[in-house]
Amino acid sequence: MKRQTDIAVIGGGPAGLSAAVEASSFGLKIEVFDDNFTPGGQLIKQTHKFFGSKKHLCGYRGMDISKILLQNCASAGVTINTEACVTGIYGNILAVLYPERFEEVESKAFVVATGASENCINFVNNDLPGIYGAGAIQTLMNVFGVVPAKKVLMIGSGNIGLIVSYQLLQAGVKVAAVIEALPNVGGYLVHSAKLRRMGVPIYTRRTITKAEGDGNTGVNSAVTSQIDPNFNVIEGTEIQFDVDCICLAVGLTPLSDVLELAGCRMKYIPELGGKVALHDEYMKTTRDNVFLCGDVSGIEEAVTASLEGKLAGLSAALYLSHEYREKIEKSRLQILEELRIFRDGPFGEKARKGNEKLVREYKYER
Amino acid sequence: MSDNTSNSGLPDEKDISRAMPSAESLAQSPKAVIECFQEIPCNPCVEACPRGAIKITEGINQKPSIDHSLCNGCSLCVYQCPGLAIFVVGIDRDNPSKGFISIPYEFLPVPEKGEIVDILDREGVKIEEGTILKVNDSKATDRTRVVTVQVSSGLLSRARFIEMKRRTK
Amino acid sequence: MRIEEHPVLTFKRYKKIVFYFEGSPVEAFEGETIAAALIAGGTATFRVTDKHQRPRGLFCSVGKCASCLMVVDGKPNVMTCVTPVREGMRVEKQKGKGDLT
Repeated sequence: MKRQTDIAVIGGGPAGLSAAVEASSFGLKIEVFDDNFTPGGQLIKQTHKFFGSKKHLCGYRGMDISKILLQNCASAGVTINTEACVTGIYGNILAVLYPERFEEVESKAFVVATGASENCINFVNNDLPGIYGAGAIQTLMNVFGVVPAKKVLMIGSGNIGLIVSYQLLQAGVKVAAVIEALPNVGGYLVHSAKLRRMGVPIYTRRTITKAEGDGNTGVNSAVTSQIDPNFNVIEGTEIQFDVDCICLAVGLTPLSDVLELAGCRMKYIPELGGKVALHDEYMKTTRDNVFLCGDVSGIEEAVTASLEGKLAGLSAALYLSHEYREKIEKSRLQILEELRIFRDGPFGEKARKGNEKLVREYKYER
Repeated sequence: MSDNTSNSGLPDEKDISRAMPSAESLAQSPKAVIECFQEIPCNPCVEACPRGAIKITEGINQKPSIDHSLCNGCSLCVYQCPGLAIFVVGIDRDNPSKGFISIPYEFLPVPEKGEIVDILDREGVKIEEGTILKVNDSKATDRTRVVTVQVSSGLLSRARFIEMKRRTK
Repeated sequence: MRIEEHPVLTFKRYKKIVFYFEGSPVEAFEGETIAAALIAGGTATFRVTDKHQRPRGLFCSVGKCASCLMVVDGKPNVMTCVTPVREGMRVEKQKGKGDLT
């Protein structure tokens, strides 16, 4: 007989773990499946204190928030399967691939919290060793304590680019510059100010055109150029940086394959970073027993991922049992209000617009 | 198009001068300078202040405002600001040409009292040398140490970072 | 290079072990991935592509791309960024699609 569970949560980052904890208070059997050997998702490599408010554990460093979430899971009796790579949802069956075996798990409901993958951009020799995604640098540096370079050029000035640059400095690595294609820094001014006062220049309207190096030692230089408002390279504006590492922090794409495979209706929403599953405001997809949360429902950040996780967990619990309907509906409204307050500023605009589009489309589909 | 675009990511001069406490209030006590000039979803500074000097009245995205008449420069907000955007500045009453600034510092080596360090401006340029007056490395700061360094009072609005002369091994 | 001192983090390094990269011994710590141990030892190239013989190193470090595939104990296409390193492991650069013979 197949192993059975009430709710299978796919992904053990802030969204998935929050969903699991939230759903566990209704007497349901919850299992989390995470493909990494340490659960916690991207939280485990976040060494900075988080923004938000007290309710969202602001002021704690991301890595410590993951410990809190994991403790909450443990005391709620949530099972966490690690090195458990979900390859698909087939009807009520979850297909899980472990390093040395394959398993089918039967579940009544699914919460998909698979996160996102890092984007790459096009430039000459962009496949050279020594060119990393920002998440890779964070893993090496903050999880394993390994630095891949002496001097890094950071591409992208969103919050990830700015934060990882700062973390590189903390690890004793030099940051030659941050390069941004848009006219303005993308992330928070407080993050860019931290870099600037340590002497790191930030070049806007500039892009990387070429990496140089070889297979023996990897990257040894990066060539950048200014670009015009149409993103065309302006000749004669090259600046070359002698660096042994290029870090790409140029955005993320939702990892929504599992949702598509499960038969959820998908839609490409640029504000959310790519193809996402249509869902209602309570995180239910077009499949009644499939819910989603976190970056897979649109690229945002850890606090909103956790809040969406709570919503998805509650919605999955409600789908399975109406016993606690009133309580669940009340909690969901509270979380929706928290999300609204968090996204209320200019940095929440993309998520607001993207989610409005999704929910509108979802209602139309129904 | 000139390539003057390496100068991004700095706060606006007008915002900076508005954030600085007045000379009169500085004569009373040290004061916090909040260099948080964007609407971002964050409010721990409000709860950090035991005197209720920092306010965000609506939601959590509003920019914080500080009432300098209530602030006594205790610097509890300095390490609790996740953006490391709060500093405390003060003037030495016995020698008004000298002052000090407290900055959040998350680097090694941890400075020691009496040590001479380079003082940097917002662009990382050395503007003078100064002596470390105090280092708060308590459990409460949770590794965001609060370092207080002596600065000429004329540079209080410019000094924002330190560079150690000593290196880790 | 390994970080010895960090202002915020402390690294728990477990048992020191030895594995082999292209036949030469490399030091690692239990609990690290193969990729992290190789990067710490200064290895840049993990594999060479099939069609254009391009060198490839680590890129995503979370098992989402195929940049770090190597031959581990004779098995090709191993994602070294998510595979823990073990004592005595034999790790080789993968040339092209790898080989099982």
